[in-house]
Amino acid sequence: MIDKQVLSVSEAVADIPEGATVMVGGFGASGSPIELLHALIDQGVKNLTVINNNTGNGEVGLAALIGNGQVRKMICSFPRSSQSKVFPQLYKEGKIELELVPQGTLAERIRAAGAGIPAFYTPTTVGTVLAEGKEVREFDGRDHVMEPWLKADYALIKCEVADPLGNLTYNKTARNFGPIMCMAATTTIVQTKKLVARGEIDPEHVITPGIFVNRIVEVPDPVHEDTLIAAGRRFP
Amino acid sequence: MSAGWTREQMAARAAQDIPDGACVNLGIGIPELVAGFVPEGREFIYHTENGLLGMGPPPAENERDLDLMNAGKKYVTAVPGAAYFHHADSFSMIRGGHIDVCVLGTMQVAANGDIANWSTGAPGAIPAVGGAMDLVQGVKRIYVITQHTTRNGDPKLVERCSYPLTGPGVVSRIYTDLAVVDVTDDGFRVVELAPGVDFEEVKNKTGASILPSD
Repeated sequence: MIDKQVLSVSEAVADIPEGATVMVGGFGASGSPIELLHALIDQGVKNLTVINNNTGNGEVGLAALIGNGQVRKMICSFPRSSQSKVFPQLYKEGKIELELVPQGTLAERIRAAGAGIPAFYTPTTVGTVLAEGKEVREFDGRDHVMEPWLKADYALIKCEVADPLGNLTYNKTARNFGPIMCMAATTTIVQTKKLVARGEIDPEHVITPGIFVNRIVEVPDPVHEDTLIAAGRRFP
Repeated sequence: MSAGWTREQMAARAAQDIPDGACVNLGIGIPELVAGFVPEGREFIYHTENGLLGMGPPPAENERDLDLMNAGKKYVTAVPGAAYFHHADSFSMIRGGHIDVCVLGTMQVAANGDIANWSTGAPGAIPAVGGAMDLVQGVKRIYVITQHTTRNGDPKLVERCSYPLTGPGVVSRIYTDLAVVDVTDDGFRVVELAPGVDFEEVKNKTGASILPSD
């Protein structure tokens, strides 16, 4: 019987090696896999390239991973926000790299990787500094830039309900990058609020089919980034 | 000093131009106010980039759902008939031309419809683009709501943007505190003046040639 469950977050992230590229689900606070991120901080691996829409908030979760010196490069669309301090500071000191990607291009590059499409053309960024150095081609009389797929070695994702096969459902806007990141990583690690027996998720309701998921760890009462920040928490 | 429109009046004026049944994406700031001024008898469906079509107003503080936010990272609600989806689907709605209207704030907008609203390009500034470049290229109509000038009195409606572009030639209409202005083949043209504002004032505060209304 296929069973992708692992018993702890530390076991789930134990093999992520030096220099790995890691996708981290979530958009701002919603959908951020805080427990997996904190396990990765405990694990201590360095020189990571991290793909996320943002760069974390406060000094927990993704921001804490960055603050702990484990991230060499961020690939994201919006690296600052009212509560993000860690990345902006390191960036100004020249201690972390940034690849800025428009949000829709970021999502589509991830989706393309998961779908086996090495590149695509889009009008997004045409005529802007972010198109510099990119191949331009005309379709229907309009310029488009070529964008390559964006793959990862690992994805860390938070979901609502999972079964042992890795079928997933999400909760509201916490879904965001989860389904496409699950598709685009070689090894997808998912923390789920609830793990149910196979057959308990209606096949009509599956959002991420289990084929895209490698490891499931149950985190029944996940913390939320905003709650931690409001409580003044820091990690580690 | 002119009378002009308040932020709320600018938003209400923009809402008048959005057709019934439109799918609308509202930028952060004054554009968010548009949702409070839906004209009688019309329904707009609000899209937010992080995966919700059918966004409703903010919840009471004790009714917040930590998994229900908008693209500005604020807590929101979902209206009956709303749908959730992942990020690639959300941007397929934008990039595939399925969103009817996007209302954005801006730093500068040019007489040829260029918009610059994501970066000053200043050395040391941390660039952050979000979904702005996708929205301006993909949404059918791009409306801009902005004060006519900066706090220093510099024009925001200019001949050519000096800040890095978000997209070239994409803006169709601009709502300022002084006037409604169209981007036409002949450059800026006033559509309507705010109460107590005359064309000369608009012309003097615009950094490009501008035509009066017909």
